[in-house]
Amino acid sequence: MSSPIQPVRIKSFVPDAENQSSSGPELVEKHSSLIGSGTGHWADRIFGGAMLLAALSVLAIVLLILTQLYWQSELSIHQFGWKFFTTSNWDPVAGDFGALPFIYGTLVSSFLALLMAAPLGIGVAIFMNEMCPRPLRTPFSYLVELLAAIPSVIYGLWGMFVLVPIMRNYVQPFLAAHFGWTGFFSGPMYGIGMLPASVILAIMVVPFISSITREVMLAVPQPQREAALALGATRWEMLRIGVLRNARIGIMGGIVLALGRALGETMAVTMLIGNRPEIAKSLFAPGYTMASVIANEFSEATDNLYLSALVEIGLALFLVTIVVNILAQGLIWSITRGNTVRAN
Amino acid sequence: MKNQSHMRRYLVDHLATGLSWLAAVLVLVPLLAIFSYLVYRGIGSLDWAFFTQIPKPVGEHGGGMANAIIGSAVILGIGSLIGVPLGIGSGVYLAEYGRGRLGDAVRFTADVLNGIPSIVMGIAVYALIVIRQKHFSAFAGGFALGIMMVPTIARATEEMLLMVPSALREAALGLGIPKWRTTISIALRTASAGIITGIMLAFARVAGETAPLLFTAFGNSFWNMNPNQPTAALPLQIYTYANSPYDEWHRIAWAGALVLVILIVAAVTAVRVVASRGVLKGSH
Repeated sequence: MSSPIQPVRIKSFVPDAENQSSSGPELVEKHSSLIGSGTGHWADRIFGGAMLLAALSVLAIVLLILTQLYWQSELSIHQFGWKFFTTSNWDPVAGDFGALPFIYGTLVSSFLALLMAAPLGIGVAIFMNEMCPRPLRTPFSYLVELLAAIPSVIYGLWGMFVLVPIMRNYVQPFLAAHFGWTGFFSGPMYGIGMLPASVILAIMVVPFISSITREVMLAVPQPQREAALALGATRWEMLRIGVLRNARIGIMGGIVLALGRALGETMAVTMLIGNRPEIAKSLFAPGYTMASVIANEFSEATDNLYLSALVEIGLALFLVTIVVNILAQGLIWSITRGNTVRAN
Repeated sequence: MKNQSHMRRYLVDHLATGLSWLAAVLVLVPLLAIFSYLVYRGIGSLDWAFFTQIPKPVGEHGGGMANAIIGSAVILGIGSLIGVPLGIGSGVYLAEYGRGRLGDAVRFTADVLNGIPSIVMGIAVYALIVIRQKHFSAFAGGFALGIMMVPTIARATEEMLLMVPSALREAALGLGIPKWRTTISIALRTASAGIITGIMLAFARVAGETAPLLFTAFGNSFWNMNPNQPTAALPLQIYTYANSPYDEWHRIAWAGALVLVILIVAAVTAVRVVASRGVLKGSH
């Protein structure tokens, strides 16, 4: 156990003001610089209070964000009610606001991103934990860490100048020719739109999925693997039966955590998605997300209702990401908890 | 029959191995593509002017991002002044005092705060500071980045403090040293390398943030040394220039992106080097 000692026990060891005068004053005198000449008791309280205040500031910050968002969006909440989330008119001039196209764009781009990122992230985690030659392990995990550290705006910049032309000239014509019949890959090929935004999002969330997956795979007890191997399983069978099956809830947690990131991702998506409030079946078409409409239109919002509607989108995003994150933490915790319990 | 199923099983095994290698390669491709393209487009524009001049008007050749680099430094400085003490303080509380319900609540809230989209942080700070002050400022931008640093630093501090053996604390307390002194001079000091690592990670994370600065620091094309006024920032300037239709501005955006990435990679690398040497004093 590495937990610090209980404060109650400490008190009996620290001589307080009364004890000092009665028991061994010479000794106390000698070490008075350490004891703080009897002010330790007071200083302890002040120090503990300051640390408590810092910890409470975390609660205060979240509460502050919530109340500020609510107050600023009150106008729009009263004006539109629940209709705000089910209608798709976005007309700042007429003062009519419905957030459905943005919700649609956010959900579709995040879902597509996870569709690509989940297998990739799990594959990378398996590679790093089980397949990677030992000398390559450290450099490889360093590179994946860098992938997570690249700022969103740089993903966007690269996407605009590299990914979009590749999409327009190679990927989209190919998809249109072979899968055009599905209806998902048709219409004019701008390059920008839902597809490149989802691809860049997928690249951005892979490190989240792989790092959580690695962690929960490591939390699976070693005897599970040994038992599978002893029964004659191949390495993949051992992973599938002994590890992945036990870790699957935690891996789900990693994917949900990545969903939380993807829902709120702003800059790269704003630069690539095309920013048109439309609900289109084709993934070639431009779209809009909740985060990118805020980024794009917030500084243009001149009247109060417009501003309030944008803040309400922010409030919705805030609440949704909180729910998603709580869900993710719960799923991950349900796997790793067993680990910490055993470790004690 | 038996032999056939044996073959199939080994084939599946090899297939799975191959797929996991493929996934690893697929993840490295965009990373290397981004880095090499950044260097290719950016290195040529990294000249003296880039670091010393402010943006030139449209149509004029040259100019740089000096004001944005200084602006970013100011905003990040303000952010650190807010984020580091609050983060370390809450970390100390969680590790040394926070065994009960309140500790759990703070830990949980820190995770929630960590997951809040940065754009939402931007509009919340806009509502809190910019609307009241009626103007954008480096203070508002720094505040937004500062509160984003708190959860990362708090959890890193907590983790590192919990790694400090309690025997060290008991020894200090046994000598009659008060708890506050033990925490600062023994526990925090022993864990300092690890805590600095956490601070640098938090710093690297917010250094590239653009979304929270859009409506707080706002950006500025000129020199501004007053932190109470709209201030330029490197990521903001990259965003503005990338979205412009001018080649000259694109050129400078790439140079800015290269500088930003070099800074962040340096921070992440330093963190790894420190962490690999052992995060506790005396452990290596």
